[in-house]
Parts: sequence; C-alpha cells; structure tokens
Amino acid sequence: METVGKSITRVDARGKVTGEAKYTNDLVPKDCLQAKIVRSTIANGVVKSIDISEALKVPGVVKIVTCFDVPDLQFPTAGHPWSVEAAHQDVPDRKLLNTRVRQWGDEIAAVVAEDNVAAERAARLVRVEYEEYPPIPTIEEALAPEATVLHPDLRKDNIFAHTSFKTSPDYDYEEAKKKAIEEYGEENLIEVADTYRTPRIAHCHIEVCTSWAYVDTNGKVTVITSTQIPHIVRRVISQALGWPVGRIRVIKPYIGGGFGNKQDVLDEPLNAYLSIVCGGRCVCLELSREECVSQTRTRHACKGVLRGLASRNGELLAREGDIYTNKGGYASHGHAVTGGMTTVFKDIMHEKYGCRSDGYSVYTTSAVSGAMRAYGVPQAMFLADCLTDDLCYKGGFDPLKFRMENCVRPGFVAANGITYYSYSLKECMKRGAEYIHWEEKRREYANQTGPVRRGVGMGIFLYKVGVYPISLETSSARMILNQDGSIQVELSATEIGQGADTVFSQMASETTGITMDRVYIISTQDTDVAPFDTGAYASRQSFVTGKAVKKCALELRARILDYASWMLNRPSDELMIWQNNICEKIRTGGRKDSRPVFDENDGTQAVKDARKLALGGTYIDNRENDGSVGESARYSAWLDGNIKEYDIHDLPNGEAAILRDTGVEKGIVPGEVLLSMKELAENAFYSLDRSEHITAEVTNQCRENTFASGCCFVDLEVDMPLGKVKINNMINVHDSGTLLNPKLAEAQVHGGMAMGIGYALTEELLIDKNGRPLNPNLLDFKIPTAMDVPDFHVEFLEMEDPMGPYGNKALGEPPAIPVAPAIRNAILHATGVSMKEIPMTQQKLVAAFKEAGLI
Amino acid sequence: MFDIEQYYEAGSVEEAVRLLSEHEDAELICGGTDVLVKLRDGKGAGGSLVSIHEISSLRGVKRLEDGTLVIGPATCFTDITNHPLIQKYVPYLGEAVDTVGGPQVRNQGTIGGNVCNGATSADSAATLQTLNAVVVLQGTDGVRKVPVTRFYTGPGRTVRRHDEVCRAIEIRPEDYLGFTGCYLKYGKRSAMEIATLGCCVRVNLDPESGRIREARIGYGVAAPTPIRCPETEASLAGMNAEDGRIYEKIGNGVLNEVNPRSSWRASKEFRLQLISELARRALREAIRRSLNHEAPFETLPEEKGGDQSC
Repeated sequence: METVGKSITRVDARGKVTGEAKYTNDLVPKDCLQAKIVRSTIANGVVKSIDISEALKVPGVVKIVTCFDVPDLQFPTAGHPWSVEAAHQDVPDRKLLNTRVRQWGDEIAAVVAEDNVAAERAARLVRVEYEEYPPIPTIEEALAPEATVLHPDLRKDNIFAHTSFKTSPDYDYEEAKKKAIEEYGEENLIEVADTYRTPRIAHCHIEVCTSWAYVDTNGKVTVITSTQIPHIVRRVISQALGWPVGRIRVIKPYIGGGFGNKQDVLDEPLNAYLSIVCGGRCVCLELSREECVSQTRTRHACKGVLRGLASRNGELLAREGDIYTNKGGYASHGHAVTGGMTTVFKDIMHEKYGCRSDGYSVYTTSAVSGAMRAYGVPQAMFLADCLTDDLCYKGGFDPLKFRMENCVRPGFVAANGITYYSYSLKECMKRGAEYIHWEEKRREYANQTGPVRRGVGMGIFLYKVGVYPISLETSSARMILNQDGSIQVELSATEIGQGADTVFSQMASETTGITMDRVYIISTQDTDVAPFDTGAYASRQSFVTGKAVKKCALELRARILDYASWMLNRPSDELMIWQNNICEKIRTGGRKDSRPVFDENDGTQAVKDARKLALGGTYIDNRENDGSVGESARYSAWLDGNIKEYDIHDLPNGEAAILRDTGVEKGIVPGEVLLSMKELAENAFYSLDRSEHITAEVTNQCRENTFASGCCFVDLEVDMPLGKVKINNMINVHDSGTLLNPKLAEAQVHGGMAMGIGYALTEELLIDKNGRPLNPNLLDFKIPTAMDVPDFHVEFLEMEDPMGPYGNKALGEPPAIPVAPAIRNAILHATGVSMKEIPMTQQKLVAAFKEAGLI
Repeated sequence: MFDIEQYYEAGSVEEAVRLLSEHEDAELICGGTDVLVKLRDGKGAGGSLVSIHEISSLRGVKRLEDGTLVIGPATCFTDITNHPLIQKYVPYLGEAVDTVGGPQVRNQGTIGGNVCNGATSADSAATLQTLNAVVVLQGTDGVRKVPVTRFYTGPGRTVRRHDEVCRAIEIRPEDYLGFTGCYLKYGKRSAMEIATLGCCVRVNLDPESGRIREARIGYGVAAPTPIRCPETEASLAGMNAEDGRIYEKIGNGVLNEVNPRSSWRASKEFRLQLISELARRALREAIRRSLNHEAPFETLPEEKGGDQSC
C-alpha cells in the first residue's frame, strides 16, 4: 500500500501544537451567558421544594430553572446507536433536572447569569428542602432487602439487569468438578475460589466537559459541544426536549480527549433547554474538573466472585464467575458494559469442561458508570488474569506456559458468531516473553529475601471490534472533488485525539490515488451537513468508518475515471489514478491462462470449495501462508479483466471457509500519464459539453467483525516497607491487524499503558458512606505523571485481518487492558502476595505485606 | 473568572500591613498557588486580596556577616532550589522545596506562603523545623521574630495575625554549619503531589570520632502541625554513625513522639509505618553525605560581607 501503513505526520499536528486548533470554549461568543448547575447535597431522596428568591437577587442573574420546571420527559443518555426494536432501546431514566435525587451532586436546578461569578454566587444561595432516604452507595447496600428502589417505574429492585452465559447450555461448575474428581482424583486438582475487585475511576480527559448553545434564526437549537458522538447527541437532545430531530443541530469542534466519558450525552440537552428558556440567547455550560470527575460518568467498579479448577499437570478444567457492577444512580450505558465484561471473562480462556459467567448491573446512589476505554474488558481481564495466576501460583505452573496451553484458541468463534480470523495471541505472548526475558527472570527472581524484591508478570486480552452484531454498525462518508484536483473528505466519525482524521485521510488517499497533501478532511462535525455516523467508541472507527471511507473512495475513483474516459475517449478500465494523474493501466501480473502455483489439493474441502467459488478455477499465483497467519491464506485470480485478490479463511473445525475481495488490484503499474487531476477537475466543473461536479457519498452497513488481542509483560521492583512499586521494564504486544500509521499506533499504546499503570496502582474515585465523592480533583485522584511511568516498549504483530478495510482491526482501547493484571501478577511473583483488588495502593500493599509477615 | 471583590497591590511591606489592617476581609496573596485554589473552591469567595507579589525586597536569599541566612518569603521554590547560597549551605532545603507540585507550581509558589498557610504537609516544613528557622513578622505593632518551632498553633493555623506580613525567614549559622541533611517526601506518585508524609533528618558528625554530635528530626503530616522529635534526637547524640543500632533507635524512638491521624488519604497505621521507615532512610542518607564531606563549615574570609543575589 502507498499511504496506508506509513507513519505520516498527523494532519492536525500543527494546529494542536501551535494552539491554533479551536476547541469548544475557544469558540464561545463574547456575549454568551454562563450557566451553573445546582447539585444535591444528599445522595438519596426527593427534592420537596426549592427557594430561589435570594439567588434571583444576585446582580447579573438572568434565569433560574429547577427540577419542577423542566419537561416531564425521561430520556436515555448512552452513546449507542438507536434501536428500532423497543426491547433493545436504551433505558430512559432521567429528566433534564430531577426531583428524585439518586446520587450526591444530582442535578436539581440551574442558574444562568451574565458571568460565572454571578452564576456561582446565585447557585450558593439556592435553598433546597429534601426528603432524605438512607444512601446506598455500594452494591451490597443497594441489594439489601431494605434498600430503597431507585427507579421503581422501571425496575422492581436495584438490579438493572442480569445476564448469564455458559460455554454450553448444560454446563455447571459443580458437575464439572465431580467429573474432574472422578477423572483425575481429588488430590490431583488445584482449585481457587476468591473474590476480586476493581475500582470506580474517572477518565480525566484534558478538556473538561463543556458546551454552549443558542437558538438560530431558523428556529433550530444549536449546540457546540466537546463530544465523541455528535449525531447521537442530536437524537438524545430531541428526546429530552420533545423536539423533532431536524430542529436540533450539534457541532463538534476539536476535542481534548474523551476516553468514553464523551460517548455519553452529558449536559448537552440541559444546555439546549437553558438557551431556549433564555429566549434563544447563547448559554455556555462548562463543568468544573470536580464535576467532570464525579458527576459525569465513570468506569464501573466491579466485584467478581470467581472459581477456577485445574489439573495438577496444568490443564484448565472449569471456571465460573458472578460479576457485579456498580452502575451508580442512572442507567447510562445500561447493561452493555457488564455484558461485555462477562462475555470476555468467559471467552478469554479455554477450559476442558467449560465456563459460566453471570453479570449483574446494580443501581446504587453513587457516581454514574458508563463507557470508559475498553468498555468492561479491563475489569474482565483483571478478574480472569488474577484467577489464572492464582491457579498457577497454587499449582506451581508457569503462568506463560499455562496461558499458552489454556487461552482462547485459533479460529475461536464467539456465541454471537464473531470469529477470530487473524489469530496471533500466542505469538504476542511469545514476543512479550522474549523481550522481558521471561524464563530467565522467573528463575532469577525465585527465592528472594530482603525488603526490596523483583518480579515479572503478564496479562492478556481479547477484544472485539465495534458493536456488530449486538448493535447496528453503520457509517457514511462523503468526498468532493475540487477544481484543483484535491478532495474534501467529510465524515461524522470523530477525531478525539486518537488520530482518526489522519488515518481516514490516508485511506482516502490510498484508494483514490490522490496524494495526502491534496486530501482535506473536515475535522468539525456539524450534524446539519456531515453524513451520519455514530461516532468514536468501541475502537470501531478505523474498522467500520474505514469501510465507508474505502467504499466512498472507490466510488469517487470510478466517477473520476468515468469522466477521464469521456475526456480521453478511452475505456475506463484501461485507466488508473496514480499520484494525482490519470495514467494508462499496465498489467504485469500473470496471464489469463496461468495455472495455479500451489497444490490444488491443499487445504480442507471447505477451502477448496471456497477457492473454486472465488477464483472461478483460473489461478495466477498465490501468496504463501507465512506461518504466523494460522489458517488464512491469500489467492489472486484473473477476473473481470483484472487481477483480484481474495482472502480465504479456513476454520480449524473444518466446517466453513470465508472469503472476500480484498479490493486490491494486483499486478498493475501506472503507465503513461494521460491527464492531471487538475485538468480533469477543471473540465468537470466548467466544461461547456459536460459539467459534472464529481462527488461520492455512501453509507456502509458493517456486518463483519473480528477480534484483536495482545498482552503486557512487566518487570518490576517492590519496596515492601514503603509499599512502593517501581516498574523497571514493560512491553505491550498487540495483534491489531495491519497498522494504518505505525507511529500513531505506538503513541496510542503508550497512552494506554500509562492509563493501565494508574488503574493498577493509584486511581480510584472514593465515595464515602453518605455517597459523597471524596477525591474528585486531579490532586487527589491520582493519575500517573510522566515521573511515574517507565519507558514504554511496544511491538505489533501485523497480521492482516480479512475483515478490516485495510487489514486493520481495533487498537484504540485495547492498550489499557492487560497492564493492571500484569503488574498485579508481577507483584505476586515478587512477593508471593496475591492482591485481590486494584488499585494496589501503597497503603494496601503495606497492609498485605505486614499480614504476610514480610515486613 | 475568580470571585474577588477587590485586589490591592502593595508596593511595600508597610503598605501591605496598612491594607490588611484597613480591610478585615482581605487575604494576603503572593504566588497564589494556595489562595486561588481555595477561592476557586468557594472558600473566601467574594473577599478581597492584598498582594505582596510585586515587593522586590521580599525576594532573594542573602547571607549576613554573622552567617545568618535570610530567605525572602516571596522567593519562589525554583529560585530557592537554584540559589547558590542554598546549594552551598542548606542543599536539603532546596531539595525539599523541589518536591512541591510540578515545575509550574514551583515557579509560582513561594516559601513564605508555604510556611504561613500553616499546612503540616508543606514541603519546606520538616526541614525548616530542623533548621530552627525564625519567621520575621511585621505588623501594625512592629516587627517580631517567631521560631518556626513555635509558629504553628494547629492545622492551617499559625501565630501570624491578620495584619502581619512575613518579611523574612532566617536561619542562624549554628543551625546549619557542620550539618548534612536529607528530606524524604512520601507521596502516592512522584510529582504533582501533596505529602502523605515528609521527613527531614539532619546530622552533625564529629569527623574525628565518627560520633553523632547532634541529630535533628523534623516531620510534616506526622501530627496536626510540623514537629520535631527532641527525645529521639537526644538519644542519638553521642552514638557512632556506623553503629547499626542507630536505625533501630530512630525508627522506634520517633513513634513515641508523633501523632498522625487517620484520614481517607492515609490511615494512622500506614503513616506510622512511613514515619519509622523514612526516618531510618533519611538518617542513612544524611550520614552518607556527612561521611562524603558534604557538610558546610565556617566560610572563608573573602565570602564574608554578605553575598546577595537573585
């Protein structure tokens, strides 16, 4: 590939480095009013009355609205595609402002004033009378029989949802254990039964959650907001206000990070409402850092009650887990995060008898949990990898060997049909182990004494790409040819710092043949003009939106060639676009009568059938399976006058093979330059004979999916008397398909590794017994600083995935997943102490080392 | 926008004192790294500020003829760390204030503010305690000198009256000559951190005998105010620096002289563990520095006359 796969400088690098790039608050007009939310000072109860008389006297106050004023409409906030099936729709469980208080800091009124000082002064003077109920901030308290039901209109108790997954319908852990005792003898079994916990954490994106809104002269309420999901924000504002979607317009400028917090509709509907009640005047609603940390969304805290059984020779026999997540006061992403967590816990390992995992999402009176980087999988993998290493510790197994033998297998097909095509998890583990000198260090660090000890540990993961088939995956793209032969690319997939604009530009350039410097991507999404896409989440955009970009680029290319064909009076299939020129297409590949160079009898019957179907019996060559690919191979054929490339995938069970057109024209080189794009474009615009404005716009519904995987290896040092952990060496190895931009990919992994370190050691949003957040600021909520992280080492196994538009698959979220369990397991190796929860704070470590008699 | 009613920029200490006495609701501000954070939180919102930020006589470090180090309270942490006099005579104080927050905060925050806000967690506190530093306060009633060991009256509270401005922090030569020291800050991360515990241990060794002439131990966050551990200090005097028992002695001794509290930030039990362990480690490092001849001694004649800079 020419452009895809190259480490091209970010298209937004200059603007972001110089500060020229405009973010939401850079665009606020001078006369904009400022809003301040009045928040409850209890965690559970009902607002009986609100007295705003004193607050209204503050000079500069324009308007105060309370929970008694807002429309009686409940709406959902999740950044999910809407479902046309009522059963799959997100749960509408909140209003713009709520009289029923379900968390400390719940939004009960809002002040709009000429400036923030007046708004804050007035907010402090709003007097609220409550009927108070006992706070139930924990899962245990919320599930107690006497707990108040937080959403009696929607649920009979505080269990938002419960799902159960099994590897087979008749699987039961106790039954499996009985069988194992019969088969192996009780003395030859290793069992671990324990409870593990992960914390509630905040995303801590640099740019706070902020928006501003006004009513335009055409009657549309327009909201400029820092969001990952502009089109979903538009739909939810419509639901919250009871206004038709067409009267809502959402604009998303550059944003300073989201990590899933902005994959939820936060205060945009309230902001729209505040503008409307102020006669359409512009109102800005910027949250403070404290509000962002504790009053927007968080990562679900979870508790996993787990059991695992292995044979003495290191064969994993059976597992089960009951996983409870703390949802906080509102549904937000509903059960989706917990569901994903439970599924991955089950899928990551392969047991002889099977696995069961049950997930419970529990409403509590605490900060709301929603989407956060990797959507439940960090929790799932912490639980699973704790259980794995505790089994290994007890059974004396090498954790690497145990995983190699018992992890998810090549060609894995999930219950919903997602197939792991480009499997390379084991190869990732092999690379990671080599880099960290696993065997050597496991030996070297055995039998240490003294207060400072070292250890190596690992974690693995499995991550599906996007949300298909659980939800809709759909995306649109638009491309427009300019008079100079350059193009605009317009999408509603969002750049949120991850480099989406850059890789989409690379894709457009790759497929159209127009060079990167002439591809202008429109970074701002305006729902009035940008084609539909659901936005940045699920590590989906390069995969799902990438397909739309490719489809659109192919269509644009065809239209350009069609025009060229008319101008040059030559058939379009003799032409190609090469570096901004229309060139003659020279075919160099095999001849039509070529015979296959591979053994036609090679492969299973399914592969043979697929090959025959795809290639029509006329083969020209094939690319050898390079060994690491596992069960995939690529074949090329002369079809439709072109040499085409196909991937054929053989499933290990021999049941099926899949195939696809890779979209790559092989054996073609550019010949004589016939026409520049500029000449062509100018003609297309202004020709008196044939004026045609060359554009393309497509929708692509994505019905494909695959898995990404990878691992983390850590070499660390524990200073036991101080409870300090120092990471000396660390590597993430990722199986993410073909890299679109290696430098960007590496940077993405660096960020994830840093986040993983914070998750492992320091980050937790603490909620006291009254439900009040204790540390909602960046001093007390401890994200790691540059001083706290080691040099990161990253490797990739670039195995092309047959499902990805350019062989690529998910990489956005996965880097954060395997780090915390790797650190936890390295501490276990160093000290023999099995920590049951993260963050493994210094205080918790010191207490554990004392208990173990180590200090 | 901050909720500030009036902002007064004082041109001199006298003017600042007058402004403070005229405006009872006004708070003193210099670097603003504490005051503005509190204001943003709504504490003192709507009040006024008297700034001493532009009074140049309050900045810098100098050494008087009698060897007294005089630190201007408006000197920012970065300037203290980099100051040649600090590096030469009390390098551990420079190291201590170099652990405050991050570079931006250290360029802005001042040592006077660090002392006067009364926080037990202030990074200069443990070290200034061991230096017997003297806080020079100027108010409507004139100038008074308060030893830092008697400056604190409780968490966030000091003897400083509302109309008083700290005009200097003084360190006498007998409190630093012959001494080495080590400040260990313990936090949950390596930067942008408030101390979970701060410990400074300083020793004055007899170069002939290798015995400890004097040891001084100061803590932040081991009690509601910064403290010293006089009994443990006394118990170490006369012991040989290479006698391994000194570590046991300091580690156990300090536990009888501290009074940490449990909070959601750290439990009392955890802080006690740190109090012991950090004292041992700081003592070890202070002794290492002493044996490495890092202790300053009486100045050479040509340096006398007070070198002033910054």
